[in-house]
This record gives sequence, C-alpha cells and structure tokens, in this order.
Amino acid sequence: MTAQPLLAAPHTHTVFTVSRTMLAVVLALAPATFFGLYQFGWPAVFLFCVTVLSAYLFELACLWVAGKPLGQFARDGSALLSGWLVAMTLPPYAPWWVGVIGSGIAIVIAKHLFGGLGQNLFNPAMVARAMLLIALPVQMTTWVPPVGLFDGPGFVHSLAITFAGSTEFDAVSSASTLSHIKSQLGAGASMGAITPDLADLKARLIGLVPGSMGETSTVLILLGGLALVFMRIITLAIPLSVLGTIAALSAIASSLAPDRFAPPILHLTSGSTMLCAFFIATDYVTSPVSALGKMLYGIGIGALIFVIRTWGSFPEGVAFAVLLMNACTPLIETYVRPRVFGRTRTGKPLPIAKPKRSAKDTGAKA
Amino acid sequence: MSVLPTLGTLFRPSQLFSFKGVHPDPRKYLSSESEIETMPIPTLIRLPLQQHIGAEAEPVVQRDDYVLKGQLIAKARGPVSANIHAPTSGRVIAVGHFTAPHPSGLPVPTITIRPDGEDTWGPHLPRIRPENATPEEIAAQVAEAGIVGMGGATFPSAVKLNLRAKYDLHTLVINGAECEPYLTCDDRLMRERAEEIADGIGIMGRALGVKQIIVAIESNKPQAIDAMSRYNRALDYTFQVKVVPTQYPMGSEKHLVRLLTGKETPARALTADLGVVVHNVATAHAVHNAVRYGEPLITRIVTVSGRGIKRPANVKVLLGTPVSEVIAHCGGFVEEPDRLLLGGPMMGQPIANRRVPIVKGSNGILALTRAETPGNEVMPCIRCGRCVQGCPVGLTPFEMNARIQADDLDGAAKIGLMDCLTCGCCSYNCPANISLVQTFHFAKGKLAEKQSRKHQAEETKRLAAARQAREEAIAEAKRQAMAKRKAEMDAKKKADAAKAAAAAATAATAQGEANP
Repeated sequence: MTAQPLLAAPHTHTVFTVSRTMLAVVLALAPATFFGLYQFGWPAVFLFCVTVLSAYLFELACLWVAGKPLGQFARDGSALLSGWLVAMTLPPYAPWWVGVIGSGIAIVIAKHLFGGLGQNLFNPAMVARAMLLIALPVQMTTWVPPVGLFDGPGFVHSLAITFAGSTEFDAVSSASTLSHIKSQLGAGASMGAITPDLADLKARLIGLVPGSMGETSTVLILLGGLALVFMRIITLAIPLSVLGTIAALSAIASSLAPDRFAPPILHLTSGSTMLCAFFIATDYVTSPVSALGKMLYGIGIGALIFVIRTWGSFPEGVAFAVLLMNACTPLIETYVRPRVFGRTRTGKPLPIAKPKRSAKDTGAKA
Repeated sequence: MSVLPTLGTLFRPSQLFSFKGVHPDPRKYLSSESEIETMPIPTLIRLPLQQHIGAEAEPVVQRDDYVLKGQLIAKARGPVSANIHAPTSGRVIAVGHFTAPHPSGLPVPTITIRPDGEDTWGPHLPRIRPENATPEEIAAQVAEAGIVGMGGATFPSAVKLNLRAKYDLHTLVINGAECEPYLTCDDRLMRERAEEIADGIGIMGRALGVKQIIVAIESNKPQAIDAMSRYNRALDYTFQVKVVPTQYPMGSEKHLVRLLTGKETPARALTADLGVVVHNVATAHAVHNAVRYGEPLITRIVTVSGRGIKRPANVKVLLGTPVSEVIAHCGGFVEEPDRLLLGGPMMGQPIANRRVPIVKGSNGILALTRAETPGNEVMPCIRCGRCVQGCPVGLTPFEMNARIQADDLDGAAKIGLMDCLTCGCCSYNCPANISLVQTFHFAKGKLAEKQSRKHQAEETKRLAAARQAREEAIAEAKRQAMAKRKAEMDAKKKADAAKAAAAAATAATAQGEANP
C-alpha cells in the first residue's frame, strides 16, 4: 500500500530544483570566469579557488552551527554560487585573506545571520564587496593588466603574490576604466581629453582591460546572461531595466555636457555593469518577484549606479546601488503585486458588465 | 532530465518575459492511441450516494432488492443533487458505508450491488425528440438521467442547463481542452464519437437557448480537432471549433472563457454573468445518450495510464467498478506504483484503498512510478518567483505560504487565498518542492471552519437574544393578561358588591315594606 502521510497534488514536477538552478547560473558564469582567470594568470586562479573553497567551508560550518541537515543543504549549490560571485568581483592579485574575508562576510554575515538560504535581505556577494571596498581600499583597488596565463607571473611567483603578500608586480601603471575616468574628471580633465587614454571598445567588450577577476569580458557575461534567459532561469525584466536606465541617463547627461559625463557605451562596457544586470541584480532572494516590481527595482539600480559613478566618491557604484535597492525590495513587494484574475488592481471584483436577464424574455429562443 | 527546458518552450518569445501557466510534460502518448474498450461487468459495484457537488442522493432501494440496469436506486435530494442509477442488473447486497474514492479514505454512504451477469435493462427513460422538446423538457431529462459535469467538477448538469432562467446567455463553450497530463479519455471520445458529441452539444445549446457554440480543443489533439470539425452541426447550430494553446490550466472554466471571448469573469461571479456557460465534451455525450436513447448516466470513460500500468488504455467502465478491477483489466502493474491516483497528475487525488469505486467524476486512474513523481526533499523558499509567474490567477503563492506558516490566515486571505483555484501550477513550478497547494487547501479549510464557527456563534447569540425577547414578551403578555384579569375581577367584584349592596338594599326595602 502506498499510504504515505504527505501525498498532495500535483503529482508531477518541473525539472527545476534549487540546486539545478544554482548550477545553471554557475555554468552561465563559467565562460566569463575562465576567460578572466586565463587573462589574469595564476594569482587569479589561486584567489578564485581559495575564495570558493572558503565560501563552501563557511557554509558547512554555519549549517552545522544552525543544526540544519548538512547533506541536503550542502548540495544546494548556493554557497558555490555566492563564493563564485564574490571571487569574480575581487581584484585578481589580491592576497588570499581578502578572498577568505569576502566569502566569510558573504556567507556568515550576509546569508546565515539572516537565517540562511532564502532569508537574506541583501545580496551576499554585494555585501562582501561593499564591506571589502570600504575596509580594504588599497587591496580592493589594485588593478593589474591582463597579460594572459603564460606571460604573467610564474607558478611559484604567483603563489608568493597570493599567499605570501609579495608585491613584486606592476600594479601602479594600470587603473580600471572607471577609476581612470573618475580620477581624471575629478582632476578637471574633459571627457574628450581622457578618451584616448582608455582602452578601446573592442578590448572592453572582449575583456582585455584591467578590472576585477571575472567582470572584464562584457561579451561573455552578456552571453551567459542570455543563456540564463533562454533557460528560463531569469526574465529580461531586470537586465533590460538596469541597462536601459544607465544608458538613458548617461545618454541624456553626455548629450547635455559631453565633456563632463561618460557616454553610455562606456558605462555599459565597463566595471561590473553587465555582471550586475544579469547575475547580481537578478538574484532571486533579494529582488522583487512581480514583473512590474522587477522593472522598478532594475530602474532604481540603474539610476543609482549612474549617480554613484558620476557624483559619488567611488568610481564604481554597483555594490551600493544593489544593496540600496535590496533594502527597497520589501517595500516594492508590498505595493506592487500582480492583478488577481477577476479583480481590479485594488482587489475589488470587476464590475459585472451584463445585467441579469429580466423575466419577460425568458421564454424566447434564438 | 536536464537543466535545459524542452526545445518547444525555448522558442516562445512571450515566455522570455512572463511564464503564465505551466507546460507539464503531457505524456498523453501512453494511452492516446488506444481505442476506447468496454470493460466486462465487474464482480461488485459500489455506488457512493455522493458523486456530485451538492446534497447526497437518497437511496430508494433496500438490501436484497433486485435491480435492473438503468433503474433508479437513489434519487436527488434538493435542488442541487443528482440521481443515481444501477449500472447493471443484480442484487443490492448492502446499503451502508464504504471507503470513499478520496484521499481521506473515510467511509461514505454507499449502495453495493452484486451483478448477476445478465445485464438486463429495466425500462429506459422516455426518449424525447430534442427538435420538438422545450428547453425545460430537455433539462428535466438531463436531471432525470443523473448527469453531472464529467470533466471532474461533477456539478449537476441540469442545474447549469436551467441557468437560462436567471441569466442572459449567448454562448455555450464546450470544453475539450483536457489540459491535465496523461488523460486522454476526452480526446478518444472526440475522435471516436464526434457525431454523438455534436448531437449532445446541439441539444445543450437548445436547452440553454444560446446564439453561438464554441468547441475548444487544445492544439495537441489534432485528430480530435479534425473529428469535431467534421461534425460541427447539430439541431440548428453550426459550431466553431477553436484550437487553444496546449497549456495548463487551459481547461479552467474562467480562463477558457477569457481566452475565447476576451472577457474576464469577475471574482465571486459565474461565467453565466458574462452570458457564457461551459460544459465538458463527455457531458455532451452523456446528454446525447440520455435524450436520444433514454439512457441514464451509468458508464464513463476512464484513462488508465502512467508508467506503472502494463497496458495503458481508455476504458469504458460501469460506474461503481472497483479501481483494482480496472487495473487488472489493463494487465496490472509493471512495478508497484509510487502513487496511485484518481484523476490527472496536477489535481488528482491519491487513493490508498484500491477497492474504491469509479464514480461519475473519475476521469483517470494513474499509476505513477517513482521516476514520474516529485521527490520529497523540500528546500527553503528562495523567492525565485516561479510560483508567481506560473499562477494563472495572479496570486503570490510564496507569500501566501509564508503567511499561512506564520499562522496568519487572515493575512493570507487578504492577498487572495480564497481566489486560489488549487490548480497546482505553483507547486509544479516550485524548485524548492514546497507543497504550496496542500498548504492552501489546509488554510482554506481552516478559514471555512473559522467562518462557520463565527457564523455559529453569531447564530447562537441571535437565537439566545430572540429567545430572551420572546420570553420577555410572553412574561409581559402574561403580566398584562394578569393585570387585565385582575382589573376585570376587581370590576366584577365591584359590580358584584354593588349588585349585592343594591340587592340588599332592595331586600331591606322590600322587607321594610313587608314589615312596616
């Protein structure tokens, strides 16, 4: 007899599960990550491994402390994804402990202190990034040029860079696109004067520019994001509204004052704009669920990114923009809900259009 | 299984923005090519008195009575109820209780018949010619035949045919969507009995007095669409056969009407308020049999499917046939099923006891193997919003679930719990495998109980107040009567005294006169 206590309809299920979803996101991130790792060489590979591994260990420790079933939650892949995203936003030559602290902040503080999987108010990777950026400004803004795995520091030298704090590498000469713009505009230079110094568009698209470990290749991130859309893991609502808002605001600004504002294409292809639009802002747990809510949320992020990049004191504003909008998510959720079938937006039943039939024409037949 | 969706869903541009409704794997091929076969008479027939929505039928036979095929054995009680007839000839061996074809497995009043194998027909219902019959006569015949909605809702059809008295009806929609995966009984019926269904549709159209008739069939049933398009005239009607997208829950009445007419039925209203009535194809077939041949509803077509069944089939069975005998007729199990269901996989009910009978609303028996059923590992909600995207009603199931788990039933009701169809799209979609629908069923039951408690308390209060008022009124009346009586008595006494005094005076005078 199949007399189980819990047997409720439906008796069939999609192929989507939490762990498959996480795995799909990781797969979509993989091309951009591995391209970044190749570009930045061994130190990046070590830092990446340390970060992901420590995220996983922190996850296990937290689960154990919280008394949650290890076997089930350790396989869900969420720690892998959080650690992966933290690693992608780190500067490639940062020492190992930056990665460990980052994943510790993401997993322990941002995720498990709030109650674990699905309970966090803020995006773990962005909490880690924002905290690291404020606490460790030097390590978090030390950029190196992408020279490729075989032309960069050797294996042993790389071990020294990541694990022994060696600073024997050429970091000063290179700055990320956004920090360069920020410092030059701040120094009073005009946009027209800065532009020749910047990497050309093709380099920014492919990812041949200094930057965080996995954020440089705009095209690969875009492809990964579109793959997620086609796999129906995410909808286009958030990416389109984030990118659209940044593009629209910067287009307006740069057409009004071309010398003081970066043009849209620069905003879209630099920093972590693409990664944010497709992988960070679309984080399920911390974004609204309704389509309209998602759009409002995306517009908010896009606008904040533009504002922080342009007038803030940090060259990149993605982490702060995402965290601020994360805080707005419950508010959006409360006021923006889907319309219920047969009801108006306010929840009243729709008016009944036709009056009830009067008694006199009851007998008539068409 | 892979992370990737099927190719079909990949290239549907609208789905990149919103995924309303769901597309479960149909798996109809298991039984869709098996012709409808008639199952031999079973060894025992068990007929629950409640096979429909509304009041339970009232038995009109007793133990040891001999009944003929088609004989009325339980009659409708009240305006919303349905007759039940003997599916074959035999002896009534019990009028008692038997396990319900329902997950509760509770005993329900049931008439048990041991068939004699002769299958002797009793008198048929009088045949009527729908061409000449009035709508009322047709509806009465349908009521007499005990026909209910055969799609699974089991609402008495005659009540729906009588809606013309109250509503201005213009469209009859015939629901041949059959959106539940696995089920193919309506599909086969349309392929094989299109002409009879068409006639039944015409009869219902006449009974309702509608202007147009639409037959809606999902796009995954091309043969059924062909067959129904060939037989698209009956009585004075020519009906449109409309192909609707293959999507769950396409067969939901209000959603089907919105798709076909563009009009949305207001919450808490009926499609009849829009002038539209929806009937199932199998109901149309039953109406045809009842009106043209005077046959009551004593059989139905059941899809027996699932990978656990040796020979998936569409079987015409007598109502009351035990599920176990239908399964045995289909060769038994390949392997012990993980779940045995009555109905489709999205809304069907698991049954524990295999001797429960087929009833009027049973459209399928599914034996699902472990590979076909969801696992039972439940993860926390990750707010992915798939439940919201899938919900055909526009609810936020994850939020309702959270509120119910926090024991905030009123909060859940405020965000639309009572509008939930319990169609199962949210649970189907949920990557965390949270049993959302089950929670909603529970909460709805709890709320209904609370409501009825409240109602009961109010009613008690009202009755107590009424009683007090009544008693006071009686006491008051008594007091008044007493006072009146007292007044009368006093008056009488006074009068008597006066009289006596007068009499005494007269007597004294008389005496005085007599004795001067």
